[in-house]
Amino acid sequence: MKIAIASGKGGTGKTTLSSNLAAYISEKEKVVLCDLDVEEPNSGLFIKGKLIHKEDKFKMVPSWDSNKCTFCGLCQDVCNYNAVIKLEDKIMVFPDLCHSCYACSELCPENALPMIPEKMGELKHFESGDISFIESHLDVGREQAVPLISQTIEYVDEHFPKETIRLYDSPPGTSCPVIEATKEVDFVILITEPTPFGFHDLKLAIETMKKMEKEFAVVINRYGIGNDDVLNYCKDNDIPLLAKIPNDRYIAELYSSGELIYTRVPEVKKQLKHVYDYILKLKENNEV
Amino acid sequence: MKIAFTTKGIEWDSMMDPRFGRTEYILMYDEEKDELANFDNRAIEGEAHGAGPKTAQKLLELKPEILITGNGPGGNASSVLEQSGTKIFVGAGEMTTKQAYDAYKKNELKAL
Amino acid sequence: MKEIVVISGKGGTGKTSITASIAYLGGKDVVVADCDVDAADMHLLMKPDYAKSEDFYSGEIAEINPDMCINCGKCKEVCRFNAVSIANQKHTVSSLNCEGCGYCARVCPVGAISMVEQNVGKVHISNTKAGNMMVHAELGIGADNSGKLVAKVKKEAKLLAEKTNKEFIIIDGSPGVGCPVVSSLSGADFVVLVTEPTVAGLHDLERVYQLVKKFNIKAGCIINKADLNTNVEKEIQEFLKRENVAHIANLPYDETFTKAMTVGQTIVEYGESDLKNIVAESWDKVKELVAN
Repeated sequence: MKIAIASGKGGTGKTTLSSNLAAYISEKEKVVLCDLDVEEPNSGLFIKGKLIHKEDKFKMVPSWDSNKCTFCGLCQDVCNYNAVIKLEDKIMVFPDLCHSCYACSELCPENALPMIPEKMGELKHFESGDISFIESHLDVGREQAVPLISQTIEYVDEHFPKETIRLYDSPPGTSCPVIEATKEVDFVILITEPTPFGFHDLKLAIETMKKMEKEFAVVINRYGIGNDDVLNYCKDNDIPLLAKIPNDRYIAELYSSGELIYTRVPEVKKQLKHVYDYILKLKENNEV
Repeated sequence: MKIAFTTKGIEWDSMMDPRFGRTEYILMYDEEKDELANFDNRAIEGEAHGAGPKTAQKLLELKPEILITGNGPGGNASSVLEQSGTKIFVGAGEMTTKQAYDAYKKNELKAL
Repeated sequence: MKEIVVISGKGGTGKTSITASIAYLGGKDVVVADCDVDAADMHLLMKPDYAKSEDFYSGEIAEINPDMCINCGKCKEVCRFNAVSIANQKHTVSSLNCEGCGYCARVCPVGAISMVEQNVGKVHISNTKAGNMMVHAELGIGADNSGKLVAKVKKEAKLLAEKTNKEFIIIDGSPGVGCPVVSSLSGADFVVLVTEPTVAGLHDLERVYQLVKKFNIKAGCIINKADLNTNVEKEIQEFLKRENVAHIANLPYDETFTKAMTVGQTIVEYGESDLKNIVAESWDKVKELVAN
């Protein structure tokens, strides 16, 4: 069972929900939490476990062989990303601009641009009670999240049984990284705030999920602030509203110092139970 | 000395373009010959990513000894420029090309 | 004319609310540009009239002409993104998966594949309720913000500012540390960093500041929700001192921001409040810092 937790914009409580929900579920059964917000993985600030494995992650980029190159310039011509440029006496490759399409490498008549692995980030696997926590982070200066996200999902697929609940803390936005993180999931939980900004970004996120033909539901964070637009929109469009996490300065303080919330705020625990019950129902239906 | 400027126009009075990668023109001043040549870089507008290295490549072909610009090149562009011995001076983004040249002559620009 | 860019690295710090407030205070003296195209929200506060809109094209995607395709499968073979599939016995490209590398088009033996520029969104030029003009953009689903789009938004804003002789361009900058934010910063005269005293907030501030430093741009910092965590707030202050970044202001944790936003207003329009005064002082201080 793969569940993505996503939002149209950053800062709406994605990580808060993911980490607290994972901890809550782990009181009942084994759960995997996977932080796919690889540019800014922050779930690890809340889930502290024992590091049991880490590995470097690579992407393939061309590397120039000066002995074979005849400076024909084809590599530069075929690259649509300006990732390969020909200088007077040198071919330069920019790994951050490269999308690993292999065109320059395979079309080079002299085989002077073999593909080699270039480190882009690191994956870490932690265990904490019944939570398995996987996070990857892009190395500083690296820009492309997509390959690292897909390799992180592969790691989770290889290491955990299908039936285990897997929560994917997804990157924000509606562009390539979030599409990569959610394209294989069974279900998406969209988290938003009941404010005009939150509502606007929720509608974008919903449009994205519809385009990807994903089943989804909504959780409202900071409930009580703002207005009822999100609430009414969900009602009018038959979108399940799974939970309302209350607006509370105390919650913001706990978050600011990297602490779990549901163990201290009973109302949050109750709301997480709603989400968990819904997941159990989905799981049952899935198995039938 | 051959000096390159990132600019918004093709004359001494043209404003400097503070951007490196997405600069509209490159002006080249040859001090010995007292000649000002211009290179249109506006096609760079069409590039979604990687404007920096592309402009740097063009600049390298022109072989200036000095580059005068505004903010300075980003990471990828810098690594191209390092291939040549081009000295980079920044902080001229708000000047005309002539003012930028004078400021350079008076040692008023910051070297990278 | 001076370009002032507001950035934060992390989402949810109040960057857009603060930018919109400054844009409102600037009134007729400024042109506004929203480069936070992934989560463009500033229009909700500025009430633009969409006076002029144009389509924006960026990035290419492969398209296979079914009448020419001979189903040889070469395209599928070379594609590293699983973007080519076979439907109704014809090879087709999935636009969500295609990364536009163009490899398939180069190897197609019958020239059946063309690379087509994508209409990824719209760029608008509007009049706002603050009496100024605003350039903003809208992206389609799955379309990536890019240096190109940010450059386009900024260019339009600059042209407007030059034409109408405005003193400032106020830019809501892009998130993250990639190409769009580089493009947001490029050509800027001053950067306002907005952060919050959370562990994540500090972490992201440090990251994004590396970029600002690289471009040699003067910067100042506003700490939002400053009283949320005094320990982290202190750490941020120390960071600012170390890096010689001006501390512009501390804003308290205050839900008035959200209350104002709920009625579509910036904090400076929404009655009298401490917040309003601090934001107004911040704008004066920014102007002072830019002038020096």
